[in-house]
Order: sequence, then structure tokens, then C-alpha cells
Amino acid sequence: MARKYIGIDIGSTASKVCVLEEGCEPVFEVLPTGWNSKITAGIIKEDLEKRYVKIENDSQVVATGYGRISVDYADHVITEISCHGRGGYEMIGRDCTIIDIGGQDTKYINVVGGRPVDFLMNDKCAAGTGKFIEVMANRLGLTIEELFELAEIGDPISISSLCTVFAESEVINYMGEGRSREDLAAGVIDSVALKVATLVQRKELQDTIIITGGFSNNEFFAGLLSKKLGKTATAMTLGRYAGAYGAALLAREKSKK
Amino acid sequence: MADNQKMWADLGMNLEMHDMLCAVLPGAIGDVFMSQENRPEAMDYFDMVLADVHGLRPAELVEFRKNGGKVFGTFCAYVPDEVIVAAGAIATGLCAGSQFWVPGGERYLPANTCPLIKAMLGARFDKTCPFYRLADVYIGENTCDGKKKAYEILGTDVPMHIMDLPQMKREKDYLKWADEIKDLKALVEKETGNEVTAEKLAEAIKLINAKRAALERLYKLRRNENVPISGTDTLLISQIAYYDDPARFTAMVNKLCDELEKRVADGVNVAPGKKRILISGTPMAIPNWKLHNLVETSGGVVVCEETCTGTRYFENQVDESGATVDEMIQNIANRYMSINCACFTPNTARADDVVRLAKESKADGVIDVNLMFCQTYDIEGRSLEERCKAEGIPFLGLETDYTDNDAQQLKTRIGAFIEMLG
Repeated sequence: MARKYIGIDIGSTASKVCVLEEGCEPVFEVLPTGWNSKITAGIIKEDLEKRYVKIENDSQVVATGYGRISVDYADHVITEISCHGRGGYEMIGRDCTIIDIGGQDTKYINVVGGRPVDFLMNDKCAAGTGKFIEVMANRLGLTIEELFELAEIGDPISISSLCTVFAESEVINYMGEGRSREDLAAGVIDSVALKVATLVQRKELQDTIIITGGFSNNEFFAGLLSKKLGKTATAMTLGRYAGAYGAALLAREKSKK
Repeated sequence: MADNQKMWADLGMNLEMHDMLCAVLPGAIGDVFMSQENRPEAMDYFDMVLADVHGLRPAELVEFRKNGGKVFGTFCAYVPDEVIVAAGAIATGLCAGSQFWVPGGERYLPANTCPLIKAMLGARFDKTCPFYRLADVYIGENTCDGKKKAYEILGTDVPMHIMDLPQMKREKDYLKWADEIKDLKALVEKETGNEVTAEKLAEAIKLINAKRAALERLYKLRRNENVPISGTDTLLISQIAYYDDPARFTAMVNKLCDELEKRVADGVNVAPGKKRILISGTPMAIPNWKLHNLVETSGGVVVCEETCTGTRYFENQVDESGATVDEMIQNIANRYMSINCACFTPNTARADDVVRLAKESKADGVIDVNLMFCQTYDIEGRSLEERCKAEGIPFLGLETDYTDNDAQQLKTRIGAFIEMLG
């Protein structure tokens, strides 16, 4: 059996897996992380062994993401910054600025010469992250997909609170005033785009900007963010797998060393 | 330790609450210090001082006061110990580096105040630190608005003397700081009943210069290519510098340095293959070892601190050529005004220091850490980053407090930074 290079990205919300084999297209998988990342890591292992390869024998595994230490069968543990940087670079094929919107972190990663040279993460606050969107969708009784769909037709209400909990109260107030759901949905997405833009504008933005993470394939969000940045931020169809892909690529590099 | 309990009771401390603090210390010391491998033997002394941090030195202060001696509590690297020592008194740092004291401080201060200032008030008002009980007078300084206003609150419970630190560095500011030091001299003379003579002051200058020289020696040794001592251990020494007996401390640091010299010659390296990190930013008062512990368990080794518990405390000496008390005081003022704190404007000399120190210590990168809500250091972080990048020095800015709830997030950032350097 050919050697497999496996990247496992255990995020706070979703876990992503990438399987690489020489001469083949990368394969991607996603599953919810659930409440225990150790169990999730176990499920991933079982699945990998059933479908691809015996982990101990013919594979090199790199784990990343906030649950990276839970992958006890990983050969290497590498932070999500390095993995997203590597994966994002490979996906777009040139130096770029990566904006990753994760479940609990928003990251800025600047890739020069194929390597991350600078990064920034949001402070310990959920504003401008996937968690914020998730909380607001729940409050509005919508799935995340529905929230994005409604947001496109709404007229954004300004949600100014910097704290997810306070912003939720702000949304509840607007709901009490009888404001429409689409305007609120538009306000939520607009506020995330604004917070992300404010964060990353403290740093150098290259001409090529790509979005990775859970909402990275959303053209509407990419358009909104581009407007706030005054520069084009490109939606990536497979952007949510950037971390896992980078981890798999780094697994291959490590085994060649 | 039974003697400690009696001493703490006599000092009017809240014993029940203080026991909670004492209960966590051995675990913290084990996790942070004893888990390190290949430590220098001469760390024994500092380990001992730390293990009985609220017993050993306080007992000496109690004895000293029994015989009529006065103790002055200080909070800042700008306050010159020389003048206090010259009056036959003892200067002791009042540390405030633990989350344990923060809730107590929040009873008096807004939540968005820096943890150091909150801990200061908590330690005093909760009656859980013997040093805060043992200082007869506290010497404050106008280094930031938070401290300035917090001292007013401390002043309701303990005699306070505030030194008005200039915040620019023009010639008249140096003269002004000398004036403030003269006021401090008058205060310590009044409190102790002892005159600060030229002879006594000259002696005190020599004593404190020797302490600074010992620390300078330590910092030069630690940054050797073969790192002979961890940053965590060195930080502990810098923290102890604030409250130990100066002559004994100097002797112990020099003894350690003798051992380190031998280690360097033998090629002993406590951090082979680790990335060399310079930490700049706000003070790390005892028992705040959070950042050093994170860096040194994430593939890095701290080779220098450009902080008040680092180079700002000991760089530059007081010129010993002064003949009169006035000349000596001006020389003292000149040395302390050479410290580059973010409370000054402009403060580009601090960025010069960081760049110089990064080069001298062959740092792979700079991590600038500021305590949450420390506005001046926070704002200055941006220009420091620009300067470091212009010099080609990788830079990571972090903000944190005394709690552990951001440990994982910090580990990711520090881990990513170290991967980036690799």
C-alpha cells in the first residue's frame, strides 16, 4: 500500500481530515468535533484505518487545531497557524494573506516565500468568529446557512457591541422592537465582517487575500469583507480544509527530511 | 513554619485566607521550577527564599523593626533604594504578581484596571502579604494613572509618600527628579531619625551598584550560546532582587555566576535546539512566571527580559564620583532617569534598548508582553513592532493577565511564533 500523509485539524466546532498520496488528488473529510476531542480523534482513526491505511504502518500523521493534543497517534503536532499558512498557500499557489475564520478564533496569517512570516489572532473574545454567528443564528431560530441566505436580502442593522454576550442582548432588544429577521441577519454578518476587517487591518495585507475556515466558501461574505477591506478577499471552495491540507503537506515534508 | 504562623498572626494577617495562598505555592513551584532539568546548584538559595517567601525575609524585617529599624515599601524600579539604605532603613519591593490578590483589589478598583494594581490593593486590604504589613511607609510614584489613583486608596490605610516622576527627559526633568529624591531623603531622615550623610550615601551607592553589577553579570552569562540557566530561573532571581538583603543577594548572585561561568566553559546547555526569545514589556512581579513557563515549555528559551524585572532594573550604574550629598543625589537621579519606561514621552530609547538587547543576546525573536489594561505599554507595542520588523527581528505582541484561562490560546500563539522562527 502506498504511503499516506494525513492531516487532522481538530477545530472547536468541526474536525477536518486530509489524506494525501503521491500522484493522487487530496481527499478531504469533515465531521463535528462534538464535546470530546479525544473521542473524535478515535473516530477519525477508526475511519482512516477502515478506508485508507493502517496508521502505525504506512502513514505520517500531523495533528493541528485546538484539539491537536488529543490526537495521541499523531507523529507531529503543529499549530494551526503553520498548517493554515501552508495549506492556504498551496491552495492559491502563491504568496498571500490568509484570513481564517474559525469556530473560536479569527486568524490573520501572512505568507511570504511560501512560509508564514507574521500572524495575529483575535483576543480571547468570540466577536468576529464562527461562534458569534452560531450564537446569533440560534437566537434568531435559524441554521447558519439560513442566516447567510437571509442576510443577503436584509438591510443591515448596526450591531456595535464588541462582546458576543452583549451583542446577543443587543439583538434581543432589536427583536423586541420587531425588526425584521433578514435585517438582523444582515446586521450579524456585517458586524462579523467589520470586526474581522478591523482586526486584520492592523497588519500588512498583500494583494492576494484568501479566506479559509468554516465560511470560506461563502461568496456573499467574501464580497462583504472585500468591501470593508477595500481589497479583494477571495472565497475558497475548500477553504475549511486549509488547516488539514497544510497538516498533510507538512506530514509529507517531515517524512522526507 | 509554626513560627511563621505566630509571626503572621502578630502582623495582623488574615491567616485563614493566607493559608489558601500558601497551599498553592508548593504545587506552583514544583510545576514551574522543579520540573526543569539540569538546573545550576546555586539556585538552591533562591529556591529556599521562594519556598519560604512569606517566612524568611519577613522574619528578618520583624527583627529589624524590633530594634527600631524602619522599612519602606516600594513598587517601582524608579524608586532609588540608595537613599533608603543610606538612612539605615530597609527598602522592600511590594510585589503584587498573583491572581490571588486581584479579587480583593476589584472591591476598590474598576475591573478594567491592570492586574498588578488590583493585586497591590488586594494584598494590602486582604491582609494576606507579610511584606505589606511590615512596611512602615509606602513609596509610590506617578508612573501611570492607575497607580496614581490606587495610591490614594492605599493612603487611607497606610502612610504613603508619592514621588512625582517626570514623564519627559529634558534637562529640567533630571533636575526635578533629583529634587524628588531630596524629598525622599527628607522623609526617610524624619522617619528613621538618621541623617543621610555623604559618607553613608556613598556607601549605599556602592552597595546597590554592586547588586546591579551582579545582575548584569548574570544576564551576560545567561545569553551565552550554550544557555547555562533557564529564563524562568533568571526571572525568579530578578524578582527576588526587589526584596532580599542587597549584600547577601549580591553575594548569592555572584556565587551563581561563578558556577555559570564554569558551565559555559564546560559547554553545559539547558536549552539545546530551543529558539532564543527576548521578552519585553510590563513587569512580572513574583509569583508571575506565566509567560516564561509557556515559552520554555513550547520550544523556546528566554535569554533576556527588557522589563522592570529584567534589564530596566539593573542597567546603568550610579556615577560614584559625587563628593557632596547633592552631587550624589543628582548622580542617582541621572541613573534612574536612564530607565526607559512607556510612561515617558517620547520613549524611542526603549525601542533602541530592545533592538540592542535582541542583538546582544542573539535572540531569534522578541515577544512583547503587556499586562491587560496597561495602556502605555499596549500603545507603545505598535511602534516597537514596527521598529523590530524594520531591524529584521521577528516580533509577537501578547496581552495577558494573571489568570490561567488564556493559557491554551497563548500556547498556540507562542507555539506558532516559535514554529515560524524555525
